[in-house]
Amino acid sequence: MNETLILGRSIVLAASALGAGIALTAGFGPAIGQGYAAGKGTEAVGRQPEARADITQTMLLGQAVAETTGIYSLLVALILVLLNPLVGLVG
Amino acid sequence: MGNLEINGPRILFRVFGYPITETITNQWLVMVLIIALAYWVTRNLQKTPKGKQHIAELWVSTVQSLVQQAMGAKNMWFAPYIVALIPFIFFSNVLGLVGLRPPTADLNTTLALSMLTVFMFHYYSIKFNGIVAYLKGYLDPFALFLPINIIGELSRPVSLSFRLFGNLFGGSVIMSLVYFLLPVFLRVAVPIPFHIYFDIFSGGIQTFIFAMLTMVFIANAVGD
Repeated sequence: MNETLILGRSIVLAASALGAGIALTAGFGPAIGQGYAAGKGTEAVGRQPEARADITQTMLLGQAVAETTGIYSLLVALILVLLNPLVGLVG
Repeated sequence: MGNLEINGPRILFRVFGYPITETITNQWLVMVLIIALAYWVTRNLQKTPKGKQHIAELWVSTVQSLVQQAMGAKNMWFAPYIVALIPFIFFSNVLGLVGLRPPTADLNTTLALSMLTVFMFHYYSIKFNGIVAYLKGYLDPFALFLPINIIGELSRPVSLSFRLFGNLFGGSVIMSLVYFLLPVFLRVAVPIPFHIYFDIFSGGIQTFIFAMLTMVFIANAVGD
């Protein structure tokens, strides 16, 4: 294996690690959304304490769906770090 | 300091060339646990419950009211699946407490569970609404939405399985980081809050979410 190939591989590996980190910044979105849902849920419980069980259930379900984009970013990061699909391009 | 290793489940042995991983043996453990529990609480059932029978009846009636809330009274036939699904996922999730690798931190397990949900969704969709209405659903609201609807259907098992897997795998990675960073004499007491959050709280919430999403999907498939 010549030096250029090794250099190319290290650059690709470094870029994959950076890309995984950047992909995980997508966690901002779900975090804000889930926090917003939790805040609204707290407000709703404050207004209607008797409906607490229903509100909690609906809030958790909504938060789980909002989490989907964050899960996708985790998927991208895991593939970049564990499978290294781009290393094959260097040859 | 030793090396921090983050990897998949170890292959313990092979049967006819098929790898048997930690995931599978830990699942056997969970199955044995659930079967033993079910056997134990259903001995000597009586008309007026006492002792352990209270636990069994409380569990069944809790799930029944949950199904009734989420799916409506006419879909009560779906309750037995949820009664069995929740203990399996929950006991799998909290297996990290005893130092074993949770079976749900393996994509194979969660993908299998979500494929069950997705196949049931399509099966009941066809069974209750007929094949014509099922196929027409892909053209909703009009024909141009066909590719989007197909992508939507395909992303259902992906998001369902990766939600459970991502949470459990992320939790186990963070737990191994905690154990790695702490000096040996602190590894006794300090990780307890992390275990409470990542194993018990997160595991319980994710179990509930998976069961709720399954119920909502099936209720959508059955329709009004």
